[in-house]
Amino acid sequence: MQLNGFYLQILSGTLVTIKLALCAAVFGMAVGLIAASLESIPNRWLRYVAASFIFIIRGLPEILVLFFIYFGAAAILSHLLDHYVDISSFAAGVIALGLIFGAYASQVFRGAFLAIDVGQIEAGKAMGFGRVQILTRIQLPQAWRHAIPGLGNLWLVLLKDTAIVTLIGLSDMMNEAKLAASTTHEPFTFYFIAAVIYLLITSVSQKIINVFTHHANRYI
Amino acid sequence: MIAYLPQLMSGLLVTLMLMLASAGAGLLLAILMTLGSYSDKWLIRKIIEAIVFFIRGTPLLVQIFLIYYGMGQFAWIRDSFLWFLLREPMSCAIIALSLNSACYTTVILQGAIQSVPRNEIAATEAIGMRKWLAFRRIIFPRAFRIAIPAYSNEVIMILKGTSLASTITLLDIMGMTQRLIGETYQTVEFYLIAAGIYLVLNGIITSIFAVLQKWSAIPQKD
Repeated sequence: MQLNGFYLQILSGTLVTIKLALCAAVFGMAVGLIAASLESIPNRWLRYVAASFIFIIRGLPEILVLFFIYFGAAAILSHLLDHYVDISSFAAGVIALGLIFGAYASQVFRGAFLAIDVGQIEAGKAMGFGRVQILTRIQLPQAWRHAIPGLGNLWLVLLKDTAIVTLIGLSDMMNEAKLAASTTHEPFTFYFIAAVIYLLITSVSQKIINVFTHHANRYI
Repeated sequence: MIAYLPQLMSGLLVTLMLMLASAGAGLLLAILMTLGSYSDKWLIRKIIEAIVFFIRGTPLLVQIFLIYYGMGQFAWIRDSFLWFLLREPMSCAIIALSLNSACYTTVILQGAIQSVPRNEIAATEAIGMRKWLAFRRIIFPRAFRIAIPAYSNEVIMILKGTSLASTITLLDIMGMTQRLIGETYQTVEFYLIAAGIYLVLNGIITSIFAVLQKWSAIPQKD
């Protein structure tokens, strides 16, 4: 099998894929935390906003969300600002994948906070902890433990979803594989290489997630 | 917008066809693979494990491209009877989607079978049921109920996955939307229409499974 020097390109594409996934995960965590806290606030309207955001994003195909942000949001902004606005494909990818990650992550966070026994919070109050202290000393460390497996799964889903950004022209790994495939007329070889790299990244991620899970549960 | 209704309807039809065919074939394949993963033969178990690992670890888009573009690389496939399937985007999309769904569903079914209470399986052995009879009468119906909520999510994933068929030239809802946007430049409007259609389909799937769950629930005595 001759790779004809395409391996360097595929390697640089792999870095783009990983960078994109990391950025989207960080953005998505923020979105998820905001959505989860909006959902738990007693104000009915805020709750509706958060719930409908989650419902819509979870119900739409990933490429529709991505295209809506890349083409649709650019069209809206151009219209509003009265001059042509171009959203970079990397930024569109981070926003779209981050929103999707966040919509699912909010459910993970909510479940993680609900999984903490109310007695723990009451105990905190009985000990004279303030609200912030209860959050940072009691709720967050325990919620984290419950959230890790769910967030780990979402990370794996996110890694695989990054493949779609190739459709808006970002030079990620998939795009490099596509280029190599069409130049050499060996599509199977190069798409298979891409598949193996995805497998490698997800397997390594799984190992890291296991370490995190183990560490979070070390006193139990 | 009304003028484009026939085109959107034909897109909807393609999406529904992709979804129903893939969900049906995927479920059938998943049941076979689940049975196979409890086989006595080491090789069969390992092969199924490897397929599930490969499919669940790679993006659906790569799988679709591997089947649609990749298979043409080999002359022996182009010469074989399979070529009439593998050269059509429709059948390629259905093959990729059903394989993908089968692997995820296999994991759901395995998990459901694992969570059938041990004492019920022990009871089937105690009254002398054969393995297959116990599976058919006790384990499968129990696992089926446990699997419904997760499987309903999986069907929604299939629906979302069908949109990737637009990347191999199929005119499903997504593909049709892209084409209409190309013709009319009404980007936001058509994306919103497509989003509305997908959300309605989601709602239909969710309510079908809610009915199924109610129908299959064990009647509770008061």
